[in-house]
Amino acid sequence: MADLYTITDLHLSLADMTRKPLFGLAPRLDILKGLSFSIEKGAVLGIVGGSGSGKSTLGRALVRLLEPSGGRVVFDGADITHLSDAELRPLRRRFQMIFQDPMSSLNPRHRVGTIIAEPLRLHGFDGIQARVLRALDHVGLPKEFAQRYPHELSGGQRQRVGIARAIALEPDFILADEIVSGLDVSSQAQVLNLLERLVADLGMTLAFISHDLSVVRRLCQRVMVLQHGQIVENRETAALFADPQAQYTRDLLGAIPLPDPDQVWS
Amino acid sequence: MSFLSVRNLSARVKGGGTLLRDVSLDVAVGEVRGLVGESGAGKSMIGKAVLGILPKAVEITSGQIMLDGVDLLALPPAQRRIKVGATCALIPQDPLTALNPSRRIGPQITDRLVDILGWTRQRAEERALALLGEVQITDPTRVLRQYPHELSGGMRQRILIASAFAAEPKLIVADEPTTALDVTVQKQILKLIAALQVRHGTALLFVTHDLGVVSKVCQKLSVLYAGKVVEDSAVADFFRAPKHPYSAALLAATPKYTDPLAGLQPVPEAVIAAVRAEVGHG
Amino acid sequence: MADGRFEVRRKAGLRLWLSAAWLILLVIVALFAPYLAPKDPLEQDLFAGRLPPFWMQGADAAFLLGTDSLGRDVLSRIIFGTRIALTVAVISASLTCLVGAALGLLAGFYRGWADVVVSRFIDIWMAFPPVLFSILLIAVIGPGLFSIIAAIVVIDWTRFARVIRAEAMTQGAMDYVASARVAGRGRFGILLREILPNVLPIIVVLLTLEMGIAVIVEAILSFVNLSISTDDPTWGGMISEGRTSIHQAWWVLVFPLITLFLTVLSFSQLGEGLKNRFDPVLR
Repeated sequence: MADLYTITDLHLSLADMTRKPLFGLAPRLDILKGLSFSIEKGAVLGIVGGSGSGKSTLGRALVRLLEPSGGRVVFDGADITHLSDAELRPLRRRFQMIFQDPMSSLNPRHRVGTIIAEPLRLHGFDGIQARVLRALDHVGLPKEFAQRYPHELSGGQRQRVGIARAIALEPDFILADEIVSGLDVSSQAQVLNLLERLVADLGMTLAFISHDLSVVRRLCQRVMVLQHGQIVENRETAALFADPQAQYTRDLLGAIPLPDPDQVWS
Repeated sequence: MSFLSVRNLSARVKGGGTLLRDVSLDVAVGEVRGLVGESGAGKSMIGKAVLGILPKAVEITSGQIMLDGVDLLALPPAQRRIKVGATCALIPQDPLTALNPSRRIGPQITDRLVDILGWTRQRAEERALALLGEVQITDPTRVLRQYPHELSGGMRQRILIASAFAAEPKLIVADEPTTALDVTVQKQILKLIAALQVRHGTALLFVTHDLGVVSKVCQKLSVLYAGKVVEDSAVADFFRAPKHPYSAALLAATPKYTDPLAGLQPVPEAVIAAVRAEVGHG
Repeated sequence: MADGRFEVRRKAGLRLWLSAAWLILLVIVALFAPYLAPKDPLEQDLFAGRLPPFWMQGADAAFLLGTDSLGRDVLSRIIFGTRIALTVAVISASLTCLVGAALGLLAGFYRGWADVVVSRFIDIWMAFPPVLFSILLIAVIGPGLFSIIAAIVVIDWTRFARVIRAEAMTQGAMDYVASARVAGRGRFGILLREILPNVLPIIVVLLTLEMGIAVIVEAILSFVNLSISTDDPTWGGMISEGRTSIHQAWWVLVFPLITLFLTVLSFSQLGEGLKNRFDPVLR
């Protein structure tokens, strides 16, 4: 299977604004410290780690919301590591992102239909109305919802709008950044089942960022564990859960409280 | 004998919808009861009602809250505050906002002991140091002089726990105390709470949406839907065989990493409709 | 929470209508002043000096709100004074808003050098004492309508810039902005399409507040005779004149004062009411 993404020795540092002197630049903080991995076409990759692991930063680097400070990010043969916003524009159609907080990721002053249509307009699609309705249908929302504002929807519904917006462009790749973290178990289950179905129906490649290994188990074929900006383990799901190699992975698994009072949890 | 006994408690938003419907539950001395439910189910509201910290827009319409044999709702507000202050404490959800960013840690723990309970400054400080040791903070003397922003989320939560146990309360309400924490930190904090609870013999009302957490910390649990208790069981029994279809559905929705085929089943429409009808939810 | 919204809506409705009504009245009065005013505001009649308002003893029905010490009709002077007040309010508030909001948006959204430059600029600018600054400005340019407007803009743009900058920064950090970037929208497009609609309510409130402030500033300046150079009546000027004869003819001071008060109040309430209308969350 061909690789959709090839990441080589990725470094990313951000300015540490808490230590900024009065005149001059703030010192850089290394978030990603040399990551190398690839994502196959059609794969579902789980990216797991605690806070401070760099997983969100990695996600944003993949969709070029952030520019790497070192290494290479190659998307379907094109080196996108240091492309400018203008150069990225035509490629942007092909990789999209779904965000964690469904309230802040939808513009509160735009209706749902507008929110989904925006990217389509930007990239010059035709038949936008039909595409918007189709996207809503894919995520199981009634077409009347196009007229509603985000605050009129529940958390799970807003998250589905975010998914609709991402798939409307028919991208090759979607990054889901902790999209179920703020949801109830039932909404979480709905959203994950939806993603599973979409991946199967639309043939997308998916990278799923989460802090919760339990959620990743069902959805992802491959899991990559991050700690302190480095890859600690990167294996097929079944293998990783059956026999975790890295100590950190074992710690993460051991820390999960299963809904089972007989679990040995020490 | 129950230390806390809530009987037929109902509450609503003033001039608006119902938040709690006829809630009854008991917490025995030294017992840990979990309050479980999805967001908006009212589990946090019950804890707040007991402590007397409901939002201004919410009013209690009927029921009793018996704390150590005294009906809190029948007391005048000042007396109620004193009774609650002397016997109860809160471990809040967000360690970031629960601590005053412009004051050092030390006074934030000792003030309550000195001002409300009348301890001497010295006794309060000794107690604070002892407790920081119990919550496994190394170098507690230094930490007492630090400001909240200088500490990590896990540390801050430990301090809040220490603060809650400081006055030897008989009942602690823990309102989703680990929701904002990493899973490895959560484990440490839960173990800590469990250990302290046993050591001090404190009763615990543990509010959470996470059934996994409940199975580790609680002996009894109440499942809430739209402000009504739909199930009240012992934890050991509950996970083996939940009595109510809604509880069973919640369990089925919870992912288990040990079994990829289990979990992640959304609560079926039929179950939702049934429980809504049962609860009388408009 | 549903409760809180009800309260806001009810109050917003009443507040909005009352203040809008007063301001619309003022606009009509300003536009049709020559037809509405019973007398010529500049016409002096020394025999009709210090006549009381119509409901008091010794009044002349031709002068409804009485006359000042030179026999000029108070009502007509207030009516004509509305012209100056509204002209200054609308023009200076709009210009201040334009300059301040534009700089605030650029600094808050683009950050980087734009923010450094604008922020330092604001800090330095705000170090000047505003009253001194305006007097200096008028002394240099000379009194007149242009000077007042210039003085207000020059002093108050920083108020807009600071607040709008903060709001632009907050909105810029939101995920829906990141989402627009991922979709491929350019930065300026994001500023117009995503940020601006969310900053607009605050701009509206500040704008109406600024109109109220402008009216007061103009009144203060005419109080100290630094306002327009002609003999046209202004509310501040009337208050100033009325001060000297407050014991013999209190109406010369009180009526323009009430008008001033109601106008400033209406502007600020209008802002509050409009802001609630604009916010779809509360709608």
